[in-house]
Amino acid sequence: MSTLLEVDDLRVTFPTRTGRIEAVRGVSFSLGRERLGIVGESGSGKSQTGRAIMGLTPPQAEVTASKLAFDGIDLLAASPRDRRALRGKRIAMILQDPKYSLDPVMSIGRQIVETLRTHEKVGKAEARARALAMLEAVQIRDPARVFDLHPHEVSGGMGQRAMIAMMLIAGPEMMIADEPTSALDVTVQLDVLGILDRLVSERGMGLIFISHDLRLVSSFCDRVIVMYAGKVVEQLKASELGRAQHPYTRGLLNCMPKIGADRHPLPVLDRKPEWAV
Amino acid sequence: MTAALSVDRLEVVFDRFRALKGVSLEVQSGESFGLVGESGSGKSTLLRAIAGLAPAASGSITVNGKKLGARRDKAFYREVQMVFQDPYGSLHPRQTVDRLLQEPLAIHGFADGEKRIQRALDEVGLGTGFRFRYSHQLSGGQRQRVAIARALILEPAILLLDEPTSALDASVQAEVLNLLEEIRRRRKLTFLMVSHDLAIITHMCERLMVMQNGEAVEHLTAGDLVERRVSKDYTRNLLRASDGFVRA
Repeated sequence: MSTLLEVDDLRVTFPTRTGRIEAVRGVSFSLGRERLGIVGESGSGKSQTGRAIMGLTPPQAEVTASKLAFDGIDLLAASPRDRRALRGKRIAMILQDPKYSLDPVMSIGRQIVETLRTHEKVGKAEARARALAMLEAVQIRDPARVFDLHPHEVSGGMGQRAMIAMMLIAGPEMMIADEPTSALDVTVQLDVLGILDRLVSERGMGLIFISHDLRLVSSFCDRVIVMYAGKVVEQLKASELGRAQHPYTRGLLNCMPKIGADRHPLPVLDRKPEWAV
Repeated sequence: MTAALSVDRLEVVFDRFRALKGVSLEVQSGESFGLVGESGSGKSTLLRAIAGLAPAASGSITVNGKKLGARRDKAFYREVQMVFQDPYGSLHPRQTVDRLLQEPLAIHGFADGEKRIQRALDEVGLGTGFRFRYSHQLSGGQRQRVAIARALILEPAILLLDEPTSALDASVQAEVLNLLEEIRRRRKLTFLMVSHDLAIITHMCERLMVMQNGEAVEHLTAGDLVERRVSKDYTRNLLRASDGFVRA
């Protein structure tokens, strides 16, 4: 399996009035053409890891790594111009809520065409045809109608499909999905995951799936990284989640209510200070 | 057993949109009743209509044998309190926890405020150390505990819970659910709880109602869900979705 992304000792530090806060503290992993899940609770640094790879860390923060390379390109040494060329073209990102991540004053079709024409020299008619084809690929039934709609005129599930279409139109090799389905209803969630799954495997993309939902991630991904307090506490195959070793991973799995498991009270996480060391 | 809360053919209309289309349910005293459904199914609207936050177009709501009018009086809010979904939005950002908890006491003219505030904070596991903090100095789970303390401070008999843990991390969710269960047991409260998560509802509630597009789809017991004795496709879909992703 060819390695698409290599991350070694990634650190993201934010200066604050009370001192420097390390949101990500030495994260290392590599990604091939596979589905990798990053799981953790709020504040664990999972989103900042994704943003650092994408180059979307806020300017006041400091990103360091002994290695952060995408397809052999050193991302930290690359110029802003080079990184901009990568973003959207070879590395794409899906965000949580389509209500906020789509431009509210631009029709869905125009946004998709804009992405395409930023990265490829194509004529207007061809761009439109490709955007329509892409909307069809994300199982939007009437692409010509949706093309002219604005984001507020579509449902959350439809908006997230449009977002996926926009991200896939330039044919990226790697996709970072940051809680792509958390704002959606459970049933819509599965539709969107199904679409994502099919497109990722058909196109042989690498996918980083960031989520707080350990069970959802393990049913979707090949491999799972569990983060706690800015660090990776455990890396394991999704199929072997039942054999997780770290007490945090096990606690996280255990504390969720399950249909049919009669546990009163629910087991709670007993956070140990040494997990964060 | 008497019905603590009964709703009969309730309709809620916003402009021309019928958000609730003749929904009926009955919750016994001391029972925990769940409402599930997708967004837009009307489950939160039903809760808000009971609390007097959404206008009822027709139908009736009865609390402890007393039929409610268009306006809620003070006595109603001593009986029924609500906990909202988003602990970041439901607490006043410029009031301390102490001030937040004093407000309901002042409205209802309680004299023993000092004792009640201490007891309410102890009951939700916060302790008096949190009393003079602002909500931005608290975590999501701590905020939701304050919201629960505020609801409990008037010693209501019925608690309306609108997705009380959906904004919280899984581990914090477990703590808050345990807290709610313990309080219900100790105070013999009646719960009416909304959630989109079937697992939470089967964990917390004995009976539940599945809703879709402002209508009741079916009434079930928690046991029915566990054994998957459901008759409607809509419920079956929800159940399947809660099992997680299955590769085709």
